[in-house]
Parts: sequence; C-alpha cells; structure tokens
Amino acid sequence: MSLTDRSATDLIAALRNGEITAVACTEAFLTRIEATNPTLNAFLSVNGEGALAEAARIDAARAAGKPLGPLAGLPVAVKDVLCTTDQPTTCASKMLRGFRPPYDADVVRRLREADAVLIGKTNMDEFAMGGSNENSAYGLVRNPWDLDRAPGGSSGGSAAAIAADMAPLAIGSDTGGSIRQPAGLCGITGLKPTYGRVSRRGLVAFSSSLDQIGPMARSAADCSLLLQAIAGHDPGDSTSLAVAVPNYTAELDKPLNGLRIGRVAAHFGPGLDPEVAEHVEATFTAYEAAGATIHEVELPHAAHGVPTYYLIAPSEASSNLARYDGAHYGHRWDGSRPPDDGGMADFDSPLVEMYCRSRAEGFGPEVKRRIMLGTYALSAGYYEAYYAKALRVRRLIRQDFLDAFEQVDLIGGPVSATPAFKLGEKTENPVAMYLVDLYTVGTNLAGIGGISFPCGFTAGGLPVGFQLQGPALSEPLLLRAAHQYQQTTDWHHRRTAALPA
Amino acid sequence: MTAASPPFTTVIGLEVHVQLQTKTKLFCGCVTTFGSPPNTQVCPTCLGLPGSLPVMNRCAFELALRAALALNCKIAAFTKWDRKNYFYPDLPKGYQISQFDLPFSYDGHLEVSDPKGAFEPRRVGIIRVHLEEDAGKSMHDEAAGTADSRIDLNRTGTPLCEIVTQPDIRSPQEARAWLNELKLLLVYLGVSDCNMQEGSLRVDANVNLHIPQDDGRIAKTPIVEIKNMNSFRSVERALAYEAERQWGEWQATAAELGSMPKQTRGWDDAAGITRGQRHKEESSDYRYFPEPDLVPVTVTDDQVAAIRASMGEPPAVLRQTLESRWEISAYDADVLVNQGKELVGYFEELATLVGEGKAASNWMQQDVLRCLNERGGAIADFPVRPTAVADIIGRIKQGDFDTSRGREIFAEVLETGKPVADVVAGMGIAAVDDSELKALCAELISANPKIVADVQGGKEQAAGGLIGQAKKKNPNVNPGKVRAMVLELIRSMS
Repeated sequence: MSLTDRSATDLIAALRNGEITAVACTEAFLTRIEATNPTLNAFLSVNGEGALAEAARIDAARAAGKPLGPLAGLPVAVKDVLCTTDQPTTCASKMLRGFRPPYDADVVRRLREADAVLIGKTNMDEFAMGGSNENSAYGLVRNPWDLDRAPGGSSGGSAAAIAADMAPLAIGSDTGGSIRQPAGLCGITGLKPTYGRVSRRGLVAFSSSLDQIGPMARSAADCSLLLQAIAGHDPGDSTSLAVAVPNYTAELDKPLNGLRIGRVAAHFGPGLDPEVAEHVEATFTAYEAAGATIHEVELPHAAHGVPTYYLIAPSEASSNLARYDGAHYGHRWDGSRPPDDGGMADFDSPLVEMYCRSRAEGFGPEVKRRIMLGTYALSAGYYEAYYAKALRVRRLIRQDFLDAFEQVDLIGGPVSATPAFKLGEKTENPVAMYLVDLYTVGTNLAGIGGISFPCGFTAGGLPVGFQLQGPALSEPLLLRAAHQYQQTTDWHHRRTAALPA
Repeated sequence: MTAASPPFTTVIGLEVHVQLQTKTKLFCGCVTTFGSPPNTQVCPTCLGLPGSLPVMNRCAFELALRAALALNCKIAAFTKWDRKNYFYPDLPKGYQISQFDLPFSYDGHLEVSDPKGAFEPRRVGIIRVHLEEDAGKSMHDEAAGTADSRIDLNRTGTPLCEIVTQPDIRSPQEARAWLNELKLLLVYLGVSDCNMQEGSLRVDANVNLHIPQDDGRIAKTPIVEIKNMNSFRSVERALAYEAERQWGEWQATAAELGSMPKQTRGWDDAAGITRGQRHKEESSDYRYFPEPDLVPVTVTDDQVAAIRASMGEPPAVLRQTLESRWEISAYDADVLVNQGKELVGYFEELATLVGEGKAASNWMQQDVLRCLNERGGAIADFPVRPTAVADIIGRIKQGDFDTSRGREIFAEVLETGKPVADVVAGMGIAAVDDSELKALCAELISANPKIVADVQGGKEQAAGGLIGQAKKKNPNVNPGKVRAMVLELIRSMS
C-alpha cells in the first residue's frame, strides 16, 4: 500500500511511531499531485518547497523529542478561499490573481499550530459561487470518478483532491452545500459544522451569515481529526461561538442504539434520481440494522429553501464583493479601452470608469450574476419584497428544523438529487444549477450542522452521497453516526480507476 | 413681530458627526492618533482586506452611550449594525458599518440659552444619535483633472457619533450657540475633543424659511442642506447667507418645499456664499441591510445606570451649581463653565481657599482668564496656581495692600514663578501700621489746607487727592485706610 492510499488517522499513527517521516509523507502526496493535477486541476497552487521545508522542520522537532501538534507532519490541502501568508489566495478569481494576504486565516493559524503541512491551495468556484467548480477563472476541476463529469462545488478542488489521494485532509467551505455536495459527488466525507463553530476570520466572505469552514476527508474519523484542529472560539470573529470544543474522536465508537433519525418524505419527490433514491433508502435500512429508529418528519418550508438562499446569499455577496474595486488591491483596469466596448460607455467620472471596467474584467459571469441579483434585492423599493421577506422565511426554515429535532436526533436524506453531472450540462441554465443545492441550503439557513458521506455507487460507477443534518453543535453525533455507518460499509475505501494508480 | 424682524422664520436642523476619543478604532485595534504619516495606522480589518472581520470596541460604545445620555436620549435595549453600501476610494470595504433603523439612542434634547438674553432659551430636540465608522481621507489634486488622488486610511474605522436634531433651531445665532453648548458638553464628558480643524467634529445644516402668508397659510421654501462648514462661525455665516438667499429666491420664484428635490449646497468661506453641488441621483440608494459580521448589542438598565453615575455634572447643571454654591451671577457662572471643566476646577479650588465665590470669580474673570487668553495654553499649565491667587486675595482682605497692588503682585508671580511671599518682600511691600499711617496722614493734612477746607465744606471726594499723595510717599499704604484716616482726622479738627 502506498502512502497516499492510507487514511489520515493511519498516517498520523505512522508519523508518530516513526514508521514514516513527514518529509516522506509530504513527498508522496506532492508526487501524486504532480501526476494527477494536470488532469484534475484540483490545486490552484502547490506549496512544494514550503511544504517540504515544514515537513523537515517537523521531523527534526520530532527527532529532538520536542512536543508537536496533533496533525504533525500530515499534509492538508486548503481551499483557496482562506487567507495564507505564504501562498497566493485567489478565490479562483481573476480579481485576486496572485494576491498575497498579509495575514493567515484563523483556521490556517490553527493548522500551523497543529503542525500540519500546508501542501497547497485547492480550486473552487469563483468566490465559492457555484455547484460544479466550472466557475473557476483558472479552469474547471474534473471528477476523479469520471473525468467528463463535474466534481461539484464550490469546494470541488478539495473534494477531488481527497478522492484522488492528492491529500489526506482538505479544508472546504460551505455556504449552501459547498462542502457536502462535492463530497457526495466525489465519494468522500465532508462536514459543515454549526455556524460559529469554526472562525470565519480570513475566510474570504461570500455570504457572511451562511459561510462556514469545515473538514473534508475520506472518512468521518479523518474529518473528526481535522475538525478538532480547526474548531474553537475566536475573539476576532464576533459570530464565533464561545463554547468549549468537545473531543470529536472520543465517542466515535459508541453504538447507535436508540438513535432517532428523521426521514423527510418530500426529499423523495420527482427529480430524485432512482439510483440515488435506492442507495439512500438502503442507508436508512442500514441505520435501522445498527440500532437506530427511523421516523417520518416534516420540514414544511423546505421548498422555499433555494429561493430564500438565492436572495440572502447574493445580497450579502453584493456587499461583500464591493471591496474589489481596483482601488486598493487586486485587479485594476489598465486604462486601455477595447474597440468593442461591450455596451460600456458614458461613465460619470474617470473613477467610475475604473471601477466598472476593473470589475467587469475581474469577475466571472456567475459572480456578476449574483452581485446583480443581490444589488437588486437590497435596492430601495425591493428590500421588503425580497431581502426582508427572505429573512422571515429563513426564520421559518430554522423553526422547522428546531421542531423536527424535538422528535428526532438527526435528519437523513440525499445530498444531491443526482450523481455527478456532465461538465457543461448545467452551465447554460443557472436555475438548474441552483437546484443542485436543494437538499443542502436548509442546513446553512438554519445555522446547524450537516455531514455528507458515500453510501453507494451507481451502476455507472459514480458515488452517491448520504446527508445527515443535526442540531446546533451536534458535530460529535454527526461524526459518530457517519463513522458507525463506515464501520460496516466500504464505500469510503473505494478508489477511482479513472486515474493512474 | 417687530418692524426690524425679517418677514420669515428661519428653520434649522443640524447633523453633527463627532469622533469619539477612543484609543483604538471602532472595529479593530488600530490607534486613532491624528496626524500620523498616511496609512500607518491600519490593519486588515480597517483596510477592508479579503476575509477580515470587525469586532466592536466596547469603550467606543460606552462613550457613545455617555453622549446619548447627556443629550437626554432614550437608550435602546437592543441595537444592531447595518451596512451602508456605496463606492468610494476612501471606503475600502465598499460599505460603511453604521446604524440604520435601530439606532442605539433616540428622542433626546439639549437646551441652549444666552446669559445676555440675545435669544430665548431653546430646547432643541434630538431625533437620534447613532454610532458608525469613519471613512478615510481622499486628497485630490483639484487643479489637474488627470492627477492622481491620494488616499489615507488612518482615519478609516474611527468611531463616529452622528447626532441629528429636530428642525428646532430658529436663527443662525442660535445654531452657533447650540453647537458651542454641544461641544462644551461632549468635551466635559470626555466623549470627544470636538476639534473641527482636525475633523473630529463636522456639521451639516438643513435650512429653510417659513413665510406667513396673508391668508394665514405658512409657505415653506425648499430645504437646502449646507456642507463644507469648517467652524461654528462659518455655520452661522452660511446659515445667515442661505436664509437671505432663500428669501431672495422666494421673492423671485415663490418655489415651495416639494417642488424640487432636496438641494445640497457647499459653503465657500472665502467668498462668503453657498454654491449648489451636483445632485447625485445614483448615490441615494445605500442598500442598507443588517451587518452579518457583527452581533446585535443589548444594553441593560444596570449598564445605563453605571454610565450615568460616572458622567459627572453636565455644563447646564454645573452653571446652576456654581451660581448657588458660590453665590456668583449667572453670567459669571456661564463664563467659567464655558471655559471647560479644568478651569471650573481651578475656580472651585480658589473659591474654597478664599472662602467665598465673589472675589474668586472676579479674580478669575479679570486676571486669570485675561492672562490665560494672552498666554494661550491650558489652565492646567497656568503658572499661578489657585493657592497663590488665594494668598494674594487673603493679603488684600487683611489690608496688607490694595487690589491694584495685588494685580502687580499677581503679574510678578506669573512673570517670575516666585512664591507670593517672596514677591511681596521683594517689592518692599510691608504692612503699614496704624501709627505710621496716622503720622503720614497728619503730615498731608497740614500740607494741604485747600483739600481740608473742601472736605470740611462737604466735598468728601476731595480727600482722594490725599490718597494719591500718600501712595507716592509710601506705596504700601492701603488707599481705603488712608481715606478713612484722613476723613477721621479732618473731622476731629473741626
């Protein structure tokens, strides 16, 4: 078994007991990245020299008997939406090409403190806006299970990196499903923690009230290691929860006897792929076999989740992305006017022309679409009808979950209605693309936790994901429920044959 | 309405921005010192860098609460932050964190009166006081259209209180007096240094005219917002100019409120006129929405009580306190209080040492303040301390010398920094005993029969001539005592 085939849990044990060195481990993953990244485009930047230097430092420290962090020597890939001082942070946008933040994200700081080896920054939909990773200014990412298909998004690079053994652990971010949906489509495990569990400081904001950073890995056990390293209160993030961090691995092995899992009939409506439905239903059966009970619950306002999300998220985004104006950093129009001006003329001032042209050049079409949607929704005369109403529906959706969690401990169901779709299949139809978030946006709107993990494969060999949603701060239970399932199944161990071994 | 009054009422509302005197900015830890080299007091948060987040400065919020309480505002138990979205290079996030529909305080008032009675006491209502972050500074090369603009973001994120009044002010003079009172209050509370030159206090004014018509209806002229006023004097001048301009406009066009969009005019201090500014249609929609990066703020009754207890007396109360405690006139109390808290402290120390307020107040107004104004600087640095002034007043009271002699001593103490006793000794001032005085007076009486005759003829004021002569012979004599002794001796002669 090569090093890159092994789980994070296993590698950490091997690093600790001296079976392998951090340098060897890092080299193995760098070699794998070198071999597969030209095909997959999962990494936007690879921190080769930096990672090896860090690995060497850790090996030396370990040899000297110095205390080391819990992830010492283990490579971790970071979505390119988190600020890193030693690597570019582009958000897969032309707007931030080559941008070097002067500070580390709180999560990156914690990873360094845990002595993780930051191996590179992963591809994503531009500013985390998208569900297919086709919205990257630096090229799409391919699904390791079928190179003609999308890995999902927006954390498509991180999901593909895990699925293709380019890293044992990866950081993603989830605003409406951006960890769980690509995890489902790539056959890996991904957790969206409760809003506020992980600091957002240094996470380039898409939608501040929905964004949350989370772990992506092969298994729930591996995710728990990464969550342990990144969770915790940050006084620098006012929305961060001042709640003690539990030990996420301590209860993983506790059986599920008596666990109540909710099933929402509406999840199984038209549009759900029959093969996906079949695997999801089989997963409920597996949980019953493990001692859990299944209960029908209702989320009456779930149907309004996607429209609500697509008012709130773009509204916040329209404001969050206003700072990319060409004046201070990032892309600025070079002053040359193209012969075909694309309808742009008649600017109020040279300053306004600089703003308009810089933003027109720097942002991709999906980002522009969402800025326009959000600007419209917040405009005088429309605010009440759109944004304010969306906030009220959001409260109803949150209440639905609170009510449901009176009856059950967790809610199960599909992550996505279909397995990975073909590249280009939905790019011409934004609404069809937005509907891929159907099962995931509720978690973000309610601010609760959700985990996605593989529960089977289609006849065509594509992974199918299962999602569990839990109340605020239920991460230990979400991880345990996924882990227990993974103790009796091997879907998460399966490796793709579409790539060179 | 008297014949001299204009045939209209000027209606004025003010919008005042005050920088709070915090050490650090509203949402980050950067210092707020004025005048540092550009862009040296910045961090990812106030630069609006990707991924940066704001964290509220509790001290700023408490200072703002203090200001609102002193302005008699109601304090909201729950307040939140909103984003005000607009593009400008000195606003690096593309939005300002402010408060929109739920300001932390509202519905207050501040009274202003003139001790000389130039206008009736006026209670000016305050619609709201809210907290927001300041923008940076743009420095444009106005002369060259293509020249670069320079941006200094040191000021970005400095806490600002916005105070919006009701349109309760009725004259430019009142507006200026009210601003003086507001400034005095905020400086007393330690909320702001209110330095207009450094931009820590900025004023915009809304003004229109109410013109009674023959049919009893009140015609209102369109409201104009005036900007770019750099001193309270400019505010008074700009409002006076604008009232006249609107009166002229009304006579020419009879245009009333509502017939045109609200106009913004800039005050040109050198030219002494307001000029119309370009109306920006697109800048009016700020797309306010709740700031998702900050949590709402709750304020408890206990917090409000604690802040109220720590505030001390505001100027209006202090004036009355001084009046009653030291039995000084309202005018004198006003002068003292308007000089600031430290000067009042000086006065009260002096009055306590002297044992009464009137003499202390006279010395404050005629000597201490006059010299302080001539020298410049703060009362804390004034070399003649209350103990020295009290010493001089005490010696005058016990008849060692007269007030004019006392002033000379005061001037000498100020000049040399020596103790009063040394100055008195150095100037050869010694108390003249009664027998010495009697001998001197007898000598003068015998040398001035004309004056004696005049006094005996009923013209007591003629004795003044002897006082001058006595002072020439012995500068230490007390004029009052000389006068009394001379009169007594002359009376005994008859």
